[in-house]
Amino acid sequence: MKDLDPATRDNERTGAWVKSEQQVRREATRRKRALRSGSLATASTVVFLVLILWGVTASPGWPRVQETFFNPEAFVRALPDVLDGFLLNIKIFLIAEPLILLVGLLVAMVRSLKSPIFFPLRALAIAYVDIFRGVPTILVIYLVGFGLPALELQGVPTDLATLGIIALTLSYGAYVAEVFRAGIESVHPSQRSAARSLGLTHGQSMRYVVLPQAVRRVVPPLLNDFVSLQKDTALVATIGPLEALRQAQIHASGTFNYTPYLVAALLFILLTIPMARFTDYLAIRSQRRRGQ
Amino acid sequence: MTDPLLRVEGVWKHYHRHSVLRGIDLEVRPHEVVCLIGASGSGKSTLLRCVNMLETIDDGSIFLDGREITDPDVDEDEVRRRIGIVFQAFNLFPHMTVLDNITLAPRKVHKVGRAQAEEHARDLLARFGLADKAGAYPDRLSGGQQQRVAIIRALATQPRLMLLDEVTSALDPALVKEVLGIVRELKEGEMTMILATHEMSFAREIADTVCFLDGGVLRERGTAEQIFTDPRDPRTRDFLRSVL
Ligand SMILES: Nc1ncnc2c1ncn2[C@@H]1O[C@H](COP(=O)(O)OP(=O)(O)OP(=O)(O)O)[C@@H](O)[C@H]1O
Ligand SMILES: [Mg+2]
Repeated sequence: MKDLDPATRDNERTGAWVKSEQQVRREATRRKRALRSGSLATASTVVFLVLILWGVTASPGWPRVQETFFNPEAFVRALPDVLDGFLLNIKIFLIAEPLILLVGLLVAMVRSLKSPIFFPLRALAIAYVDIFRGVPTILVIYLVGFGLPALELQGVPTDLATLGIIALTLSYGAYVAEVFRAGIESVHPSQRSAARSLGLTHGQSMRYVVLPQAVRRVVPPLLNDFVSLQKDTALVATIGPLEALRQAQIHASGTFNYTPYLVAALLFILLTIPMARFTDYLAIRSQRRRGQ
Repeated sequence: MTDPLLRVEGVWKHYHRHSVLRGIDLEVRPHEVVCLIGASGSGKSTLLRCVNMLETIDDGSIFLDGREITDPDVDEDEVRRRIGIVFQAFNLFPHMTVLDNITLAPRKVHKVGRAQAEEHARDLLARFGLADKAGAYPDRLSGGQQQRVAIIRALATQPRLMLLDEVTSALDPALVKEVLGIVRELKEGEMTMILATHEMSFAREIADTVCFLDGGVLRERGTAEQIFTDPRDPRTRDFLRSVL
């Protein structure tokens, strides 16, 4: 309480703090300015949207496009099935996500092991990342979806959605492992020496000092990967489970109207937007923290 | 004369082809305070890092409590448990509160219960005037406070030997005083310490023994009084003349 500035101390002596006229004026100006920039943003958005809408609908092919892509009847007809399929997308996503985090973290930690005993493990981890980052996700889905069951091994799942989850986990696990590894390497080496010098073992330093800092730093890029995972669940359609895109395909092929695809697209957007905004929010927050 | 707590014998350390330590010999008795002085780059930090096994030495040997710790079969983690080190930069863990920073090693390494570890930590914080900072994160502390927490963190494991590497170098004069106060208290508590420092007046006040390092060679070693009033080696004389 000794570092208060003179004005505050003055107010303490006289009792309650009364907002000075200067401050009242300042706040009024600020409010006015906020209001003005708010209405400016709204106005410019409206003008912008109207221009785009006008541009599209004035084009010569518009009536045909409207009929095949924006048909309200087809929309309503497809909605229940596509929505039903979309629940499978969400399920695939919710199961794959924690698996991916686990695989990614394990692989990243194996790669950080320095001891020569772990050389085979480390080599395996590097090979895994190199292979699955290089092969397009859709190919991994084909290979796992058609290849695994063809082996006719005992215990290999035959459920198409499960195979899709395995494929997505393999593919995304490699990316996420690299994200984690970058996070681990971004923690300054002095943090590790400080931990080791306190007597913590390699494992303990990793667990209590390095990983907590690394994970915090990689949350925004991880969320970004998950936004992309959410829509890539649609790639699983290629091996056949009845998820949103597959349902839309079925509807579209029956009627030669593409509106069902629009339904699927809208559902995916509705799912990814909140995640994207959340990512932005976290990024801004961590930036602000670092700025302090 | 008591057996030395630490004995450094003919230690060499190279980085690439550059020799940073060139056959260092040093003995530290229990409760002795040794100050390492010398120009920037003379190898003070490197020597401390070698003693704490953060660097592998290239020749020679180091004994702690009569046991060779540079033996490849020795358990490094076990050795580090007996030595506390505080670095030039503070190196607190930014994601943990002050209290968690201090209790991490006692709890995880020395297997002390949480309640007991926290009680000990709060005692130490109170002793060094930081009682109200237990719940704060390091980025909310001043430099002097951070460095004091770093020292307390090293102390909390009750080390046999404390290594302090220029613990005041990143601080302004007012904060330097705070941190030196804590070191003075450690000396009164009979802690064995090796300090690398550029604070000559402080070295003179606190050291039992002063060692002058020059280009990785221990040029001169003597009592604080002798080194500062009657340096024998011409290099020591030049160095002291340039900094005093
Ligand atoms: N990891 C490293 N790799 C290569 N060279 C290094 C490394 N660490 C230290 N050195 C070199 O070793 C020499 C001694 O460094 P050291 O940090 O021990 O000096 P110092 O006496 O502590 O200096 P200061 O007073 O500036 O802290 C310097 O020339 C430095 O460049
Ligand atoms: Mg140094």
